[in-house]
Formats: sequence, structure tokens, C-alpha cells
Amino acid sequence: MLRKTPLKELENRVKGLIEIEKLIKGILAGEKRSIARAITLIENNGETAQKIISAIYPYTGKAYIIGITGPAGSGKSTLIEKIVKELRKTGKTVGIVAVDPTSPFTGGAFLGDRIRMQNLSLDEGVFIRSMASRNSLGGLAKATKNTVRILDASGKDYIIVETVGAGQLEVDIVKVAHTVIVVLAPGFGDEIQAIKAGLMEIGDIFVINKADRENADRAVIDLLSALELNTHKTWKPPVIKTVALTGEGVNELLKAIEEHKKYLQTRAFDEKRRKKVEAELLEAINQRITDTLIAELKKEGKLEELIRKIMNREVDPYSIAEEILKEKISKK
Amino acid sequence: MAERKIRVLIAKPGLDSHDRGAKIVARALRDAGMEVIYTGLRQTPEQIVETVIQEDVDVIGLSILSGAHMALFPRIMELLREKGVKDVLVFAGGIIPDEDVPKLKEIGIKEIFGPGTPTDVIVKYVKENAPKRT
Repeated sequence: MLRKTPLKELENRVKGLIEIEKLIKGILAGEKRSIARAITLIENNGETAQKIISAIYPYTGKAYIIGITGPAGSGKSTLIEKIVKELRKTGKTVGIVAVDPTSPFTGGAFLGDRIRMQNLSLDEGVFIRSMASRNSLGGLAKATKNTVRILDASGKDYIIVETVGAGQLEVDIVKVAHTVIVVLAPGFGDEIQAIKAGLMEIGDIFVINKADRENADRAVIDLLSALELNTHKTWKPPVIKTVALTGEGVNELLKAIEEHKKYLQTRAFDEKRRKKVEAELLEAINQRITDTLIAELKKEGKLEELIRKIMNREVDPYSIAEEILKEKISKK
Repeated sequence: MAERKIRVLIAKPGLDSHDRGAKIVARALRDAGMEVIYTGLRQTPEQIVETVIQEDVDVIGLSILSGAHMALFPRIMELLREKGVKDVLVFAGGIIPDEDVPKLKEIGIKEIFGPGTPTDVIVKYVKENAPKRT
């Protein structure tokens, strides 16, 4: 039996497919408007995003991905501008994804990382995209990883991902980057802060930026002595002093990145990749299942009823979750 | 499916030395739930248009105080056309004499807000006029 679909709808669908086809060609050719539009689609629309990613996936995996994280105001954006300037001198092309926080109160965001990268905006070999974190809490946006893939498929040699100003637990960057650089400024706290979990565990390279300030050497010593306690690692993260405004120390930082890149190629690269792929697959399954279940609940109109029950203290959220799971799984 | 957010670029063309107004507008749009990208001061038309393309914004707000709008705005509009950027809403604000307004509207700047415009007027305008894209 042929299902009758209105002609207009069919037309739109075909148009949509042709659009996506064009977009994918544009991305692979490194065409800026296609890259930019594809990123918007990834940020907004689950279904189209998936099509684009499936199509470009075979062309990804070539770029080297550098993550830059650290507290707000430590100088991440300014440092990125200087790193990119150096990379461009060697002819490498660069994509930048800069994530800033979405307000949990209004849903809006002020994306200001470009302000520190003005000198890059007319460079043909550089593509910068600002991104709001939306509902993500790990320091990146949900769309960040796939945005990196788009830039990767577009032929960029390096991709730099800047996280939101990160404190202790915004560590999602490890799932995206090959080399993670943690940028701190003098006065970040004493050795005790440095021993705490989170940010301090994820750095492959540590930078004490604003090193022309007082106490920079003290900060380096505190950091080094804390890092020495990480005895189980074969890679010893270097600590590098920089002054991002003048570019001081940036060459040393680039050398450290190269060294870490080499280290990964000789040793842990495959294992690190395997872990990343595993984490992503599990997350994708997780996401699919959650979305499906929640969509069903909403469709059945049950969600509101359950919420009311919880508000009346008739039952707790966890028991309901358990119940839903049992009911839905047994139905499948 | 995520909700479609309005992406706005607030840009400062030319040699203005302060950007209080631009920041206030950016802040108001942010508080209205939009994603606002700010370029910073002293941008050339070329830089602004390149940013528009890379950030794929829906709306451009140009802020200018220096009096150079009749030179800079037409150049920006021309570059947008040249690069094939069609589906964006462009509005402007700052110190712009009344007699220039019709000419600016003619080249495609859809609305111009003078000093003292309440921010909620701008927010409402952007919400109602931002192009609906998928």
C-alpha cells in the first residue's frame, strides 16, 4: 500500500536532502559558510545533525585536537590567539571552538572569546566559532564534539577547543582533546588546591599564565610538587610560564604540545582513542534511550502526573524511575 | 530536539573609543535568552562580515558613535551581499542623525535605535523580526 504523502511535504523533504548534500560537499571543500551552517544545525536539530555526522565521519580523525581549560580570567583566549599565530607561521590551518557559559536562569549567553582573538578574524586559514554551553555542565556544549568533527572533516590541521571558565569538575575536555592544557594564573591557590580532584588530573601540560606577576614562581613550585604526587602516570606534565599578552613562553608551550603529541603516537594513543570511542558510544546509547523514554512519557501525558505525585510526597523520583524502566523494558 | 536560539552579533565598526551602549544591548539580549556574540571595539567591515559568516548569526546589531556610519554601514551591507549572506536581520544603534535614517533603511538596515531607547524595545524588535530558520 502506498502511503499518501502530500506533494508539498515530499518536495520539502527532497529539498532538505539536497541541502544536506550540498552542505556536506561544502564542508569537505573547507567552504566557510557550509561549515558555519552545519555547526548551527548540529547545535539545534538532532536529526539533521546525525545525517551530517554520519556522512563526514569517514573524513575525520586527521586533525590534532588541543583542549584549553582553566578558571575564568586566566587568559585562555588570549593564549589561544598567540598559539594560533605561531601555528600559522608554519602554514598549519586551525579551527577554534570557544565555549562560554549559558545562563541557567535565562538560557541566554554572552559569547566574548572572539574579542581576544580579533587579530585572527581575517586569516583565511583560521575558522573561529563561539558556542554557548546550553544545558551541559562539563565545561563544553553537547555540540562541541561534533563541531570539532566538522572542522576536522573540513581539513583543519589543528583544532583548539576552549572550555568555559572551569573550576574543578568541568573535565569533559578530556573526551575531546588529544592534548589538554590547563591554564592557571598566579594566585590560583596553594598546593592543597592543586591536590584536589578534577582539573588538576586532566592536564597534559600546565601553564602559569600572567607570569610577569608576583608569585609566578611560587605557583610553579606549588604545582610541580602537587603533580609529583601523580606517580602512576608515564607522562610527566610540564609546567610552563607564559605571558599571553606579549607572547612570552608561547614557543616553549608549542614545543611541549609537540612532545606530548609524539608521546601519544608512540605509546598510549590507541588506548586513549579506544577509551574515547567507548565513552562516546555509551553516551550515545544512553542519550538515545533516555530521549526515547522521555518522549514516550510526554506523549502519554504521564510526566505531569508523575511530577505531581512527587510534589505531593506520595513517592520519590528514584522509585518512579525504576518503575518506568521496568514497565518500558518489559514492553519492548 | 533543542529549541532554536536566536544568535546575535553585536558589532562595533570604526574607531569608537567606548562601547557602553553596545554592551548594554548585548546584555539585554542575553537576558532575553539569546546567544550574543560581541566583537569588541574597532572592527573593520571585513572583520565584521567574516564574523557573521563564521558564527552563522541570525541578527546583526551595529553600534556606532563616531559619525562614520554613512561610510561604514554601506560597506558592511555591500560585503554581506558580495558574500551571499542574505537571511540576516540588520539593525543599528548609536548616534545617527535623523536625516541619515532613510538612506540607511534603503540599503537594508531594517531599524535604527537612537540614544535612550529602552532595551526592552530592542529585545521585542529582535524577537519579532529575527528570521525564522531551521
